Amino acid sequence: MALDGRTLALNAGKHLMLILGGAIMLLPFLWMVSTSLQQGGFDNYIEAWTRVPFGRYFLNTLIVTVLTLAGVLVTSSLAAYAFATMEFPGRSALFLLFLSTMMVPQPVYLAPSYVILSKLGWINTYMALIVPWTANVFTVFLLRQHFRTIPKTLYEAAILDGCGRLRYLWKVVLPLSKSVLVTVMLFNIIGSWNSFMWPLVVTHSEELRVLQVGLSYFNQEQSSNYQLLMAASTFSTIPLILLFLAAQKRIVASYSRSGIKD
Amino acid sequence: MSIRNRIAPYLYLLPALLVVLVFRTLPILSSFTASFTDYDIGGFHGFVGMANYGRMLSDARFWQSVLNTVYFVLGVVPASMIIPLFLAMLLRRKLAGRSFYRTLYFLPVVTSAVAISVVWTWLFNPEAGPVNQVITALGGEPLQWLREPRGIFEMMLSPLGIRPRGILAGPSLALVSLMIVSVWKSTGYNTVLFLAGLENIPDTYYEAANLDGAGRWGTFRHITWPLLSPTTYYVLIMSTIVSFQTFALVYVMTPPPGGGPLGTTNVIVFYLFQKAFDRFDIGYASAISVFLFLILLTLTIIQRRVAGGRVHYS
Repeated sequence: MALDGRTLALNAGKHLMLILGGAIMLLPFLWMVSTSLQQGGFDNYIEAWTRVPFGRYFLNTLIVTVLTLAGVLVTSSLAAYAFATMEFPGRSALFLLFLSTMMVPQPVYLAPSYVILSKLGWINTYMALIVPWTANVFTVFLLRQHFRTIPKTLYEAAILDGCGRLRYLWKVVLPLSKSVLVTVMLFNIIGSWNSFMWPLVVTHSEELRVLQVGLSYFNQEQSSNYQLLMAASTFSTIPLILLFLAAQKRIVASYSRSGIKD
Repeated sequence: MSIRNRIAPYLYLLPALLVVLVFRTLPILSSFTASFTDYDIGGFHGFVGMANYGRMLSDARFWQSVLNTVYFVLGVVPASMIIPLFLAMLLRRKLAGRSFYRTLYFLPVVTSAVAISVVWTWLFNPEAGPVNQVITALGGEPLQWLREPRGIFEMMLSPLGIRPRGILAGPSLALVSLMIVSVWKSTGYNTVLFLAGLENIPDTYYEAANLDGAGRWGTFRHITWPLLSPTTYYVLIMSTIVSFQTFALVYVMTPPPGGGPLGTTNVIVFYLFQKAFDRFDIGYASAISVFLFLILLTLTIIQRRVAGGRVHYS
């Protein structure tokens, strides 16, 4: 395409509109930070951090995110491996059972989940925050798709060499799946970090509040203290924004693959 | 095959299967059975047939939540398709700075709905919030935003002496404020989906159109739009399904017990949440869950039927 005057003007117009759109995207964040620094400057951050135990909330979110992720990776790798490489009666029925749960959104089964958790005696425990999310059907689905692309001959050769099935998964399949594993890790981390409705429902005590729930209560308690609220919002969003900036290409790609939004 | 080999696959499946069965399948099925029972804080009080569904029919608050949800979906979905499609059209074809813009637009997508809600509550603050400051600086009248129960059509038409009532008054400004935030948050995501869809259209089509002397609009109308339809359809259905489930924005920006001024931001999931966890009316909440599920299921089936195999998911 020749860079004639028309094209230049067109591109300038495009950039103008994109910058305007970008400003609308960015302005709320800038207002957040600038308000957080009004009247008291950085002290607002210390004040917000100490007025309620945000350190505790961060720690809880971190614990939940890490343990959930560990659980998801273990259960999903094993299940995807079985679905992708093994022949057994009921395989497609079980796979369908897994997939069918993806059709039902969380709010639909929230109330019965609460009853089940209370029967287990798990309400207001880390168990309630973590265990129900240690299996992720979409992760199973993605891993299975990838595992199926690994040539069967590789498996046969490894078995001939006396390699067991589990060892083959660990030594061959998973190392060959690094890229898809990073993808599922990213969207599981973002999902756990931002999850709100579930922890709001299944925990009551302040010691078990995760970051999102803590921020929401803080918002209700300090409803007119906007400097503190913006300071709290800022430090709550920074970790994910940093993660996003560090891995934005992959995150954008994994989002468009997964169809996850909250 | 040895027994060990025969049970091995099930052992690999077991951990995931256990979690899926106990924390997905069981509560999903319970949701249906519970909707036919009287189940509250005191526990199970027996089956009541269709009573919970009957109650829904005569529950004005429930129908208000349905109407608000429909308003919300009708407001959010078109806007969060048109704007992203426009942005994606601008961003295609290796425009310089493309990844910079994409990062910018995607920022609200990865940020938590709670933090975004806290920030926008401040932006919309009627007394000192930046949005009203900008409006007054431009010579406009400050608005009540999230605290405004009046319908937007009522607000627009009342200076003319016309006072639409009921449904004709339209969604409250409070609900419209929530729609704005929702569109703002999902724009980057839908832009990325449209961008991927646009990139799947082979260049040869455009070269041919160019040779035929087709103009910009003609090219869009006859090539881009039809070839983009699987993506458009996917974005439409996904946005609709997600909008139907809006909760965090409503809960944080127009907090309980109200569901907004005069209940005008009370949407289905918010109402369900209140019934289940403020009143602990599990039976009734389950009936509402089933209602919600049936709507979403219908949408999914329509998607499958109409889109057939044309919609691609990756």
